[in-house]
Amino acid sequence: MVDCVENRLLTSRRGLLLGGASFAAWAYLPKFARAADGRDPRLIVVILRGALDGLATVAPIGDPDYAGLHGSIALTADGAHPALMLDSFFGLHPSMPEFARMYRAQHAAVIHAVSTPYRDRSHFDGQDVLESGYAGPGRVQSGWLNRALEALPRGERVSSGLAVGPTTPLVLRGNAPTVGWAPVALPQADDDTAMRLVDLYRHRDPALASALTQGLQLEKAASGDDMKPKPGNAVAQMRQVARGAAKLMAADDGPRIAALAFDGWDTHANEGGPVGRLAFLLGGLDGALAEFESGLGDRWRDTVVVVATEFGRTARINGTDGTDHGTGTIALLAGGAVKGGRVISDWPGLKPGNLYEARDLKPTTDLRSVIKGVLQGQFGLSDQVLAQTVFPDSASARPMKGLVA
Amino acid sequence: MARDSQAALVALNRFGFGPRGGASGDLVNAASDARGFVKAELARPHGVLLEAPGLQSTPQLGQAAFAYQDEVKQAREAAKAATPTEAPVPPAEQKADNQLRRNLSLNTVTNEIAGQQMADAKQAGATLKPDSMQPGVSAPAAAKPAQPLNVIQKTFRAEALARLQRAMLVDCGFTERLVVFWSNHFCISASKGELARMWAGAFEREAIRPHVLGRFADMLKAVEQHPAMLFFLDNQQSLGPDSRAGQNRKRGLNENLAREIMELHTLGVGGGYTQGDVTSLARIITGWTFAGRKGQLGAPGAFVFNANAHQPGPQVLLGKTYEANGLAQGEAALADIARHPSTANFIATKFVRHFVADDPPPALVARLRDVFVKTDGDLKALATALVDSDEAWKAPLTKMRSPYDFLVASGRLLARVPEDPGFYLNSLNLLGQPLWTPAGPNGFPDTAAAWAAPEGIKLRLDIASQMGARLGPNIDPLDLLEFAAADAASAETRRTIERAESRQQALALLLMSPEIQRR
Repeated sequence: MVDCVENRLLTSRRGLLLGGASFAAWAYLPKFARAADGRDPRLIVVILRGALDGLATVAPIGDPDYAGLHGSIALTADGAHPALMLDSFFGLHPSMPEFARMYRAQHAAVIHAVSTPYRDRSHFDGQDVLESGYAGPGRVQSGWLNRALEALPRGERVSSGLAVGPTTPLVLRGNAPTVGWAPVALPQADDDTAMRLVDLYRHRDPALASALTQGLQLEKAASGDDMKPKPGNAVAQMRQVARGAAKLMAADDGPRIAALAFDGWDTHANEGGPVGRLAFLLGGLDGALAEFESGLGDRWRDTVVVVATEFGRTARINGTDGTDHGTGTIALLAGGAVKGGRVISDWPGLKPGNLYEARDLKPTTDLRSVIKGVLQGQFGLSDQVLAQTVFPDSASARPMKGLVA
Repeated sequence: MARDSQAALVALNRFGFGPRGGASGDLVNAASDARGFVKAELARPHGVLLEAPGLQSTPQLGQAAFAYQDEVKQAREAAKAATPTEAPVPPAEQKADNQLRRNLSLNTVTNEIAGQQMADAKQAGATLKPDSMQPGVSAPAAAKPAQPLNVIQKTFRAEALARLQRAMLVDCGFTERLVVFWSNHFCISASKGELARMWAGAFEREAIRPHVLGRFADMLKAVEQHPAMLFFLDNQQSLGPDSRAGQNRKRGLNENLAREIMELHTLGVGGGYTQGDVTSLARIITGWTFAGRKGQLGAPGAFVFNANAHQPGPQVLLGKTYEANGLAQGEAALADIARHPSTANFIATKFVRHFVADDPPPALVARLRDVFVKTDGDLKALATALVDSDEAWKAPLTKMRSPYDFLVASGRLLARVPEDPGFYLNSLNLLGQPLWTPAGPNGFPDTAAAWAAPEGIKLRLDIASQMGARLGPNIDPLDLLEFAAADAASAETRRTIERAESRQQALALLLMSPEIQRR
């Protein structure tokens, strides 16, 4: 029973267990520009809500100021729980062995000291900027992934049914039709009742008619025993959502493009170092990436997973062994299509004078450049479409080249 | 006065929780004097309080939670020490269900809308065994013996039940809607941990309800000094870096509560504060905490000001210097923030958006902002000005009921006072609005875009169908339509219900009709 589940390891901004991890996808099978070379690219966008501590996830262990700033929660290259060294400078959090394995196989990459154009520290505005793709907050009608879909040739409708969940992340909201799924089981209203209600709404409330019609089109269950709700912690939930999403996306007529969101990264207090609260959540994320890999099977070869968050956290830990809202952070790429095995960073350094406003990792890479690079590499979207439609007013953030193999 | 069913719909749906069925006469009463019907509740500020027997104070609840946690710990240690033969019994069960629930049962309806095995509901339209109405158990195919609820779970359910029963029994529900609005504005989340779940209901009873028709500044102070909020936003961990405790323990500030006070509770984003102000307010409210289980600072679970943790010295906040004055330093700062012009604007906008339209009419926002300023944040004056405005009565009913509003309105129309909160709690979880558990400190969303999403509407229909399957056989849907909307019901809705293939289907369609979904 969800309302009685307790998990003290979770942070203040996590969602409830079922709502905290949601998944939505595009309803159409796109006709890709790159069909000529036989690739059938897939893209999964994972939004980490709450602001991931990039310095704790991919730690700049080689930076002489890092250990002092991150203090009691800093990762180290040795000790009982050593970081997984990605190169001589950056170490990956030890609770992410799957990502480390992908990295060594050159199917995963890190972009460090990255941020959206947003520079204040409100979660909600920061998430709006991250997901809407606009340069500033206050735009919540559509997301960049949805506008990228609109720029693709639509193709035929995905025919495999999807069950429904309560929310769609902003990044995938907009004109392009999408479908949602969440691991929730509920007996459904029968078709006749539903059709009568659609008819009533058509006469009386067109907005509800449209919403219900869409909801019904998705209803056939993405069934299978492993999609029934199970009790469990956030880690299990993350894996479960990823497993279900991968199953849907692996089908020949399944969605090629999807977004999901994981909550709970707002680690103000007792963040923990190699073990503890953040480690627990990162283990869930790592498990979700592994589920994508195994669930997508052969399709993994043409897949890119982008993991992004609204902003980073303070370079120096606060008075409660956590970190407050900051600026620069990381983005992660994983998938067989990623040209990986690299930490891509114009490293700003952590000397006091190099920090943003003397407190945060200074962003040196625009997250939009990373995402544009992925969208271009996977789907061939033009510079112009990316700079005007997908990320309006972003011509200065040029697509990063060579992210996709 | 002329009978005006359309105005009655506005009174009951825009301002209230919808008309009750049965012999209540709500729609008729509201139709004869719609404004008076809404305002009648404002004349009874004491009626907003919720003091059901068995509901305890925050310190009492805190002590019960501490005791429970201690017993769990002892049992675990005892089990570790002894041979691992017997699993420790979850303690603190004797505190008795009965004591918490006593006198909360307000009717004898056995066939209430209670939680049942949802998986069975579809074929169970016709026959439903009473013993399958196990409250709160969601759908395990193999029935496992239910774990007994611990004191925290029991408390949460008792608090939820008291709130739901109140919502079912009030005439219009305007003041209860105000409670829900303010409780969401100043939300905490039960998912933070055991203490937050234990205190979620008490927080609303103690910090919100007494001030819903009082002063904003008083509510603000009560909220920010409530142990539930201090726990939710980590302030009990925040130490002044130069305080004695900060020096001894080598710990310091946590900005979480200070930031949300300004961003979400008062000034709003763009309300004229800086990162420096956030840090400054964080320093000012260091020492605002609650006494722990050992009671060194005061009664365990009660708010205390811990001077040892308070950052010494004057602080500059929003351009004004607050001299070092212990607890009074923070109280003075909150009082000033409460009457800041940005606060008046932020509150008026959010208030009008909640009650009138997703795009709040600017003239009405401006008028309510002026009322807030002129009355120094008198929330009864604010509510009265809303009811007195023409806009609130003329604007079309375009707001979408939230899942909570929808479930309560359905329960009222069906005249079912729940004796168990299981159905409501489970349905709220499914519909994305788990009770007292928003995903973040900004609370649940308040726009049609959030609640009229395809997935959400489909899930509502599924839930309405289950209510129809369960309760439809015993009701006349056309009678219910009279209670719900009378001659203000659209011809299409009436026809849809008349032509339904069964009473069950008719009830589901009625509950999903625009007359009930919109407010």
